[in-house]
Amino acid sequence: MAFEGLTERLQNAMKKLRGKGKVSEADLRATMREIRLALLEADVNFQVVRTFVKTVEERAKGAKVLEGLNPSQQIVKIVDEELTKTMGQEAVPLNKSEKIPTVIMMSGLQGAGKTTTVGKLALKLKNEQNARPLLIADDVYRPAAIEQLQTVGQQVDVPVFQLGTDVDPVEIAKRGLEKAKEDHNDYVIIDTAGRLQIDEKLMDELGNIKKAVNPDEILLVIDAMTGQNAVATAEGFDKTLDVTGVVLTKLDGDTRGGAALSIRAVTGKPIKFVGQGEKMEDLDVFHPDRMASRILGMGDMLSLIEKT
Amino acid sequence: AKSRSSFGQKLNALLANFRHVDESFFDDLEDMLIESDVGFETSMKIADDLREEVKLQNAKKPKDVQNVIVKKLIDMYDQAGNGENPAINLAKSGPTVILMVGVNGVGKTTTIGKMAKMYKDQGKKVVLAAADTFRAGAIEQLNVWAQRDGVDIVKSKPKSDPSSVVFDAVKKARDEHYDILMVDTAGRLQNKVNLMNELSKMKKILTREIPEAPHEVLLVLDATTGQNAMTQAKMFKETTDVTGIVLTKLDGTARGGIVLAIRSELHLPVKYVGLGEKVTDLKPFDPNDFVYGLFKGLISE
Ligand SMILES: Nc1nc2c(ncn2[C@@H]2O[C@H](COP(=O)(O)OP(=O)(O)OP(=O)(O)O)[C@@H](O)[C@H]2O)c(=O)[nH]1
Ligand SMILES: Nc1nc2c(ncn2[C@@H]2O[C@H](COP(=O)(O)OP(=O)(O)OP(=O)(O)O)[C@@H](O)[C@H]2O)c(=O)[nH]1
Ligand SMILES: [Mg+2]
Ligand SMILES: [Mg+2]
Repeated sequence: MAFEGLTERLQNAMKKLRGKGKVSEADLRATMREIRLALLEADVNFQVVRTFVKTVEERAKGAKVLEGLNPSQQIVKIVDEELTKTMGQEAVPLNKSEKIPTVIMMSGLQGAGKTTTVGKLALKLKNEQNARPLLIADDVYRPAAIEQLQTVGQQVDVPVFQLGTDVDPVEIAKRGLEKAKEDHNDYVIIDTAGRLQIDEKLMDELGNIKKAVNPDEILLVIDAMTGQNAVATAEGFDKTLDVTGVVLTKLDGDTRGGAALSIRAVTGKPIKFVGQGEKMEDLDVFHPDRMASRILGMGDMLSLIEKT
Repeated sequence: AKSRSSFGQKLNALLANFRHVDESFFDDLEDMLIESDVGFETSMKIADDLREEVKLQNAKKPKDVQNVIVKKLIDMYDQAGNGENPAINLAKSGPTVILMVGVNGVGKTTTIGKMAKMYKDQGKKVVLAAADTFRAGAIEQLNVWAQRDGVDIVKSKPKSDPSSVVFDAVKKARDEHYDILMVDTAGRLQNKVNLMNELSKMKKILTREIPEAPHEVLLVLDATTGQNAMTQAKMFKETTDVTGIVLTKLDGTARGGIVLAIRSELHLPVKYVGLGEKVTDLKPFDPNDFVYGLFKGLISE
């Protein structure tokens, strides 16, 4: 099996340890190797993996795990604690401004799921807060991006502000915000075009949109299937925008989603929502503990502790 | 043969930056491969093979070691590709039918826009099928590409049955003597059984109307995708008999190393790469450039 979870990996590594009482340095090293492997197979960035494993190993040594009665159980506990520490403990809610409208701006690579998430967020705000959001069509580059947002707007029954594709996105954002103020919308959600974090011109554009509308929430949308590159992406967008939160999309697939851990580790920014499908209802609050189990494939962490 | 030596030369120049090809060189090599999403096991295997080869050849001087590594890498690459057809399989007579498949947002529609223009410029008569009737704005998006490219399109209303669009398009392509039919399908995650079945149904309709069709089933993979791309390749190959890969978004910082593992495990050739959003940003896959790209990380800047 290519994607063995940490549970199986540790169980195998620890079969040898069980009942041994004392564990050698070599045993500990073998265990650390399994943790490293599980994380890499889940697409956690290799630098992040290195730091993480080192921390776990140091704690294991410091706690004199090797001399304890049940070393494997202790290691699993340490892994769990360190993961929880990185992923954060609680779900973090969306920012809200004192004065309406609260301005939310989307950002991310091409095809990450920004436009879809705009619709999902609007629906969520409508359902949960009885909100009246206005969507702003600020992608003037992708073919039919405006039509896509308009269709999404229809699906969730929320108005869409657009000025076509010949107006500067900074201007569109400004005028959209003015319109929202006139109409007393309580939320504004700005859909932006996908772009590479190394595309200076388009990154400057994002920076200028930010300056123009001063968003309360800048969400970085990242595909959960992203590999090692998640770190470069997250760092790039965060550097330009100082993002306030992350949305992890396409989690309804069978990816382990190690990108989540990488992003948290390098930016420290909270993952606020996860996309779980293509329908407008498919947006959920992020649960750090569930994500941690998913990355490591250790849904049965507790049962492992009991077994060892 | 020409491109080979140029790849060798490039890599040689690269390795010349290392004064010693010692253990830490191999460690760096491993890290670099992992960082390119080659995957842990494949990375280890490549590094081990190279270590072994260097020992076997009893290479001691850095220059010899470098030569051994270059040769071994090229051998490894060629072996994995035995019997592959890197070109697009064109119909001997009648329309060539190309079916685009892949998960959400990878670049299927854009790649069709780019390829259609390429064929059009070759003087071919091209028609597109808008068989993504599901995603918001998908039909309009393909329609913009058809207009830009100056090619024809078969489309229906949003939410209509994609199979009937496929049927209309293949019939039109056959009856009106088109050279190329490109079928755009909705993105779908490989673990959604119903959606995967829908895809194989569309493929069957093509075959029913034109027995040799589809001549190509291109799986579009996003270079930013990590290890999940292997599962994508396996599942799409199982349902639709994928004949080749288009690796998109290589203009970013991701290197798409997972296609190495896909190539050696599933023997699927990469046929084209996407290097941007413009119509001209499509290139035939060049293995030398690709492998060289993987090694970029080793250049100390
Ligand atoms: N399965 C699944 N698909 C999703 C999810 N979120 C978005 N998608 C799909 O991913 C694809 C891309 O979504 P978009 O919303 O167009 O992405 P985008 O970031 O706006 O793309 P660009 O504007 O081109 O940069 C579409 O097919 C969406 O239906 C999700 O959570 N799960
Ligand atoms: N930078 C870059 N962007 C690309 C490339 N290919 C496609 N894109 C962009 O990626 C986004 C998604 O492309 P689409 O062609 O809509 O992808 P798709 O697979 O048809 O998406 P769905 O139909 O929603 O599943 C768009 O913003 C494209 O412009 C590429 O090679 N490089
Ligand atoms: Mg969009
Ligand atoms: Mg599409």
